[in-house]
Amino acid sequence: MIRGTVLIAQEVCKGCELCIAVCPQECLGLSEHLNIRGYRYVRLIQETCTGCINCALVCPDSAITVFREPKGAAKKTVVVQSTP
Amino acid sequence: MKANSEISLMKGNEALAEAALRAGMQAYFGYPITPQSEILEYLAVHGTKRGAVILQAESELAAINMVYGAAGAGARVMISSSSPGISLMQEGISYMASAEIPFLIVNVQRGGPGLGTIQPSQGDYFQATKGGGHGDYRLIVLAPASVQEMADFVFDGFRLAEKYRVGTMILADGALGQMMEKVVQPPMGSLPLAEKPWATAGKPPSRERNILTSLFIQPEKMEEVNLKLQRKYREIQSEVRYEAIQVEDADIILVAFGLAARISQKALELARHKGIRVGLVRPITLYPFPSAILSQIALSAEAFLVVEMNAGQMLEDVELAVRGEKPVHFKGRMGGMLPSPEEVLREIESIAAVHAANSELIS
Amino acid sequence: MPELKPTNGFEEVFRKVQTLTDTPMHYCPGCGHGVVHRLLMEVVDEMRIQDKTVGVAPVGCSVFAYQYMNIDMQEAAHGRATAVATGIKRVLPDRYVFTYQGDGDLAAIGTNETIHTVNRGENILIVFINNGVYGMTGGQMAPTTLAGMKTTTSPFGRDIATMGHPLKITELLAQLPGAYYVTRHAVHTPTAVRKLKKSLRMAFEFQEMKKGTCFVEVVSNCPSGWKMTPQESNEWMEKNMFPYYPLGDLKVPKVRMN
Ligand SMILES: Cc1ncc(C[n+]2csc(CCOP(=O)(O)OP(=O)(O)O)c2C)c(N)n1
Ligand code: SF4
Ligand code: SF4
Ligand code: SF4
Ligand SMILES: [Mg+2]
Repeated sequence: MIRGTVLIAQEVCKGCELCIAVCPQECLGLSEHLNIRGYRYVRLIQETCTGCINCALVCPDSAITVFREPKGAAKKTVVVQSTP
Repeated sequence: MKANSEISLMKGNEALAEAALRAGMQAYFGYPITPQSEILEYLAVHGTKRGAVILQAESELAAINMVYGAAGAGARVMISSSSPGISLMQEGISYMASAEIPFLIVNVQRGGPGLGTIQPSQGDYFQATKGGGHGDYRLIVLAPASVQEMADFVFDGFRLAEKYRVGTMILADGALGQMMEKVVQPPMGSLPLAEKPWATAGKPPSRERNILTSLFIQPEKMEEVNLKLQRKYREIQSEVRYEAIQVEDADIILVAFGLAARISQKALELARHKGIRVGLVRPITLYPFPSAILSQIALSAEAFLVVEMNAGQMLEDVELAVRGEKPVHFKGRMGGMLPSPEEVLREIESIAAVHAANSELIS
Repeated sequence: MPELKPTNGFEEVFRKVQTLTDTPMHYCPGCGHGVVHRLLMEVVDEMRIQDKTVGVAPVGCSVFAYQYMNIDMQEAAHGRATAVATGIKRVLPDRYVFTYQGDGDLAAIGTNETIHTVNRGENILIVFINNGVYGMTGGQMAPTTLAGMKTTTSPFGRDIATMGHPLKITELLAQLPGAYYVTRHAVHTPTAVRKLKKSLRMAFEFQEMKKGTCFVEVVSNCPSGWKMTPQESNEWMEKNMFPYYPLGDLKVPKVRMN
C-alpha cells in the first residue's frame, strides 16, 4: 500500500472534524488539547495514512499539508514531526 | 470635431459632455433622467466613437457602483444625473469617499422633494455640501454659472478629484444644462492622467496587493481613517474659489451661486443704477465654502442678502461666516421657480430702506 | 510552523496555495466559504494569472475575502458586486474579474444588478454562495431559505404564503442569453471539491473568450446560522438543500477547450 502522511497546522485548525469524516483510513482524530484559539485541533492518530489528500480537499482552513511516498520507493519509516 | 480649442454654440449638458471627452474621461456610467439626459446621449454618440466606455446602467444604484469599480481600477470616470437619481447614489458616494476613490459626479438639479419637477432648482445644496450619504465625508463641490463653466469645471473636477483622491461634484441646474451659450472647449489631452499606484488593476509580483474597501471593523482603525479624511478635507480648504463683484464700496452684499448668481448680478446692475451700493459674492466652490472672504466683508458691509433657488440652504453657511456681525436676509424661490432680477431688486430696496432709517437713528 | 522534511523521499502532494495569504480565516469552524476561497486561489495560481485577476467581495460573511486572497480586490456595498465588477471589466477587459457573493447579496438586495449583469453578458465570473441564510447578520431568512426552514426571522419556519418561495435564481439566470456557463456545486466531499475546482477553472478560461457571464453556484453550509455541527450541517444540506437546489450543470457551452 502507498504510504503517506499529513502535517496539520495546529494553530490554524478549528477542529471542525470535516477531515476526520472523509479520511478513508480513519487516521485522524481530535487532540485532547486546545490550540491558542481555543479549538481542539486535529492530529494523526494512526500510521495508516495513504496521502490520498481527501482531508486537505475539504479542510476549509487549508490547515493540512499532505506527503506521499513515490510509487516504487523503498519502504522506510516516516517520522512525523509534531508541531509544538 | 477638431481636437484643439474652438468656439462653438452648445447646450450646457453637451458642453459638459464634450469637455469630459477632451479631459480624457475613460468611462461614463449613467441612467436617463431629465434635465440631463443629453449628457448620456451625447456621450453615447461621441464618447463611443472616441473609444471611451459609455454604459447605460439599469439604475443609478448600479451606475454609481460601476463608477466605484472602474475608478477603483484606475480609470478617469464620470457619472451624471439629476436630483432623484443623485439621492439613489448616496450609498455608493459614501463608500467611495471612505475607500478614497476619485471620481467626478454631475448633478443637474431639478425641483424637489420627491419626484418634484423637471424645472431648475438648487434644492440639493445640503445634500451636495454636507455629505448626502452616511458618515463624515465631503465632496468638493463646484457650482458653474455659465455653459463655459459647465465645460471648464469638468477639467477642474477631474484634476481635484485625482489630486486628493476624493469625489468632485459639479452642482448645476436644469437651466444651465439646457441653455445654449458660446463655449471655448479646452484642447484634447490637456489634462495628463495621474499615477494611481493604489488602483486594483491586478497585482504584479513587485508590489503587495491593493485593496479598496470602506470596511474598518476596529473602531480604532475606523477613527484613524476618519482622521485621515478630515486632514484631507482641511487641506482642501486651500482650493476655495469665489468671484467678488463690486464689493469694495458695497453696503449690501448679495451672496448667490450658479444661476441665482447670474440673476443676482442683473439685480446688482439695476440697484447700482438706482444709486444703491450693492456687491456680489459668488461662491464657485460650495465645498470648500468661501467663509473667510464673507467674514472679512462683514466688517465693512452693512447687510447681506442671500439669493437661492431653494428654501435657504447656503444661507446657513453665510450666517456661519458672518457670525451675527451683520443682518443676513434671504430671497428664495423653490420648486423650479426662478427669482427675477426685479424681485431681488425689491428685496435690496427694502433692505436699503431699513438700513437708511437705522443709520439716521444712530447719527 | 515547523516544516516536515520528507527526508525519506516522501513527496509533497498537497499544500496551501501561495495565492492565499497567511491570515487565518475568520469563518466559523467547518464553513464552506474557506474551501471555495482556496479553490479560486488554486485556479488563479495554476493559471498564473495572479497579476491579471481582480476580485470583488460584497457585504456578507465573505466581505473580508480580500484578507485571504492575495490578489487585488475591491469590497462592494451590499448587493452591488456585479455592478462594481462590470466597472472594472469594462475598463480592464483583459483582466480576469470575479465576484464572490452570498445569497442575500446576490438574490435579494442585488437581484437587479445580478440579472442585468448576466443579461449584458459581462465577461466575468460570478461565484454564488448559497447557504440559505444571512450568515453575517446572524442567521436571518434569505431569499433561498427553504420552505419550513427556521431562521431568526422565520422562527416558525418559512411560511410560503406570507414569505414567498425560495428563489431559484440560478435557474432564472440560466435562461438569459447573456449567461454562458451556469453550474451548481457543493464542497462537502472530496469529489464535490474536485468537481467545483474543475468548473472554476473552466469559468476562468471562458473569460478569455468573451462569450458571456459564467455563473457558479455553490450550495454551502452555515453551521452557525443553522445551529448545527459542521458534519450535521453537511448532512442536512444533502438531505434538504440538494433536492431543491440539485447539483450539476444548468448551461454548458458547446465549445471544446484545448
Ligand atoms: C445596505 C445594507 N443593508 C443591510 C446590510 C446588513 N447586512 C450585512 S451582510 C447581510 C446579509 C448577508 O447575507 P448573504 O449575502 O447571504 O451572505 P452570508 O453572510 O450568508 O455569506 C446583511 C443584510 C448592509 N451591510 N448593507
Ligand atoms: S491524506 Fe487521506 S489517508 Fe491521509 S489523513 Fe488525509 S484523508 Fe486520511
Ligand atoms: S478540516 Fe481542517 S480545520 Fe477542520 S478539523 Fe480538519 S484540519 Fe482542522
Ligand atoms: S455565519 Fe455561517 S456563513 Fe458565516 S462564517 Fe459562520 S458558518 Fe460561515
Ligand atoms: Mg447567505
